[in-house]
Amino acid sequence: MGRAVLLDKVNVPGIRDFGVYREHGGYRSVDKALGEMTPAQVQQEVIKSGLRGRGGAGFPTGLKWSFLDRKSDKPRYLVCNADESEPGTFKDRYLMEHLPHLLIEGLILSSYALGVKTCYIYIRGEFKYLVGILETAISQAKKNNYVGERILGTGFSLEIYVHPGAGAYICGEETALLESLEGKRGNPRIKPPFPAYKGLYDCPTVVNNVETLATITPIIGMGGEAYAALGIGKSTGTKLMSACGNINKPGVYEIEMGLPVEDFIYSDEYCGGIKNGRMLKAVIPGGSSVPILPADLALNTARSEARLLSYESLSEGGFESGSMLGSGGFIVYDEDACIVRNTWNLTRFYRHESCGQCSPCREGTGWMEKILYRLEHGQGRRSDIDLLVRVAKNIEGNTICPLGDAAAWPVASAIRHFRGEFLEHIK
Amino acid sequence: MEAGSKIDHHLFVRENREVVFSDATLEKVRSLIRRYPEGRQKSALLPILHIAQEEMGGYLSVDTMDYVASLLDIKPVEVYEVATFYSMFYLEKMGKYVLEVCHTGPCSICGGEEVLQHIKEYLHIETGETTPDGMFTLKEVECLGACGSGPSMQVNTEFHDHMTVKQVEKLIDSLRRKSEEEESSKGWAEQFS
Ligand SMILES: Cc1cc2nc3c(=O)[nH]c(=O)nc-3n(C[C@H](O)[C@H](O)[C@H](O)COP(=O)(O)O)c2cc1C
Ligand code: SF4
Ligand code: FES
Repeated sequence: MGRAVLLDKVNVPGIRDFGVYREHGGYRSVDKALGEMTPAQVQQEVIKSGLRGRGGAGFPTGLKWSFLDRKSDKPRYLVCNADESEPGTFKDRYLMEHLPHLLIEGLILSSYALGVKTCYIYIRGEFKYLVGILETAISQAKKNNYVGERILGTGFSLEIYVHPGAGAYICGEETALLESLEGKRGNPRIKPPFPAYKGLYDCPTVVNNVETLATITPIIGMGGEAYAALGIGKSTGTKLMSACGNINKPGVYEIEMGLPVEDFIYSDEYCGGIKNGRMLKAVIPGGSSVPILPADLALNTARSEARLLSYESLSEGGFESGSMLGSGGFIVYDEDACIVRNTWNLTRFYRHESCGQCSPCREGTGWMEKILYRLEHGQGRRSDIDLLVRVAKNIEGNTICPLGDAAAWPVASAIRHFRGEFLEHIK
Repeated sequence: MEAGSKIDHHLFVRENREVVFSDATLEKVRSLIRRYPEGRQKSALLPILHIAQEEMGGYLSVDTMDYVASLLDIKPVEVYEVATFYSMFYLEKMGKYVLEVCHTGPCSICGGEEVLQHIKEYLHIETGETTPDGMFTLKEVECLGACGSGPSMQVNTEFHDHMTVKQVEKLIDSLRRKSEEEESSKGWAEQFS
């Protein structure tokens, strides 16, 4: 197995408890940072690690932190994005449920590096039971002087609060999340200004994903360079993959970046092959928003090289023949899956989750859903396929937030790779 | 399933019920408000609406929303516009148990469609309806972040996964029995320490 740096202790009984976590090396990264390192040095390690945002976009975390407006005299905020609602994605939930202290430790380290005194964990409302788990972990950390006033006797103080959402995928988009955290509807803001300058309450704010922030803990523990030695090229370190669909062993797996897709699907260590001995038909490798790949392009790139689980390899070939690592939500379809039905299903999701602010997204997702419904139910027309492609094109790039693209790509890629199946639905 | 968007028009009716939280809940509300900076008390709206919905009959009546507005010192419309945006808030009375079945891709290709169909037949209701005895409301919801153990569903925010046709019958039967006993799961207010 590749090296596990996040989930290495996940099977230790009682690891959710502060004492057990501490006994197994927990909070040593905070001891180290607060004892021996300046905030700038912590940030430097994160830059060296090459860590890229695990929420979907893969933006370098150290670079993002360096954009934070440090000249402003307003308070700074760190917001942990635990909204996890992208279909196929359930890794943050797993991490928070089993290793809450790993996240809390990451939040302390990140807040220290960023000069943040208040941190909010914005968690989707459906994860109500996790609110209690996280709050318990925070109060345990507080009792042990890792959270609260003058942590470990230093001048650094920090409060961490859990804030539940209430059922809206769009609140995972960082500016919608900030609106929601301010007690408003989750309508994304127009950028710029970026949260680094005007985020929560118009103050400088960093928004990072749960997995990103939890990963700061091993990075400080082992050093940025050691972390960067893991993985492949610019995809350093490890990644949590949540695998689901028609496979033998759905679940959350930590892989070292660079693992071949074929190994991930067929090895017993991971997905364990396709269920009931069926054939692989297609894969959505990074959450429902990324382009779908037919089996041959999921396993090998168009240049016949093995496709790897890394940012670069998965996107190789661009939209013609590639996809994206995204959130790591890995959805596997066997030969019986109906691509048209699946595309309709996912489009219904985006139509439902569109906040309705921009017409291309609000109207376009509705039209696409209607057309796909009609195709799926045998009432389609030949012209529908090109119409779908046109609608998707007109949404893409013409909206306030990337939900528009996220709705357009699955449709465009399904037609690109499975046009024949769409045509069969029309006969 | 129907095609295209369904637009729900709600006419909110004031019931002129008196809504007040218990002292313990009010204390919790005050401590939640303190988590946000001075003057930003509106931030506490979502957590407080969760508590309000749970403690005031499982939905947000206009009276409840007005009460929450007064607690936060914001305009009632600021509460209405939020309550109507988020899918976890219900604006009308629901069954005692709200069955929220995930109908998104990953669950649906792993048996979710059969499970949903079976619930409809077992309870003789369609999506959005409540059984005549007021016990169950059926809702279809989007991905619950539990796709690896699908088909998944929630019963009043409590997770149930690996559902099968058999499993779901057992669940419904056990809820019927449980409804005669006391509730055991932890409420929203108890989640916050
Ligand atoms: C529609 C939409 C939904 C999103 N949902 C999530 C989410 O649930 N969790 C998440 O971490 N990022 C989500 N993102 C990405 C965030 O906007 C943001 O890029 C991310 O939280 C940054 O964290 P990172 O740099 O650590 O990845 C979403 C983006 C969009 C456009
Ligand atoms: S793209 Fe869609 S979700 Fe994003 S702001 Fe526009 S309407 Fe809202
Ligand atoms: S698709 Fe059902 S929980 Fe994700």
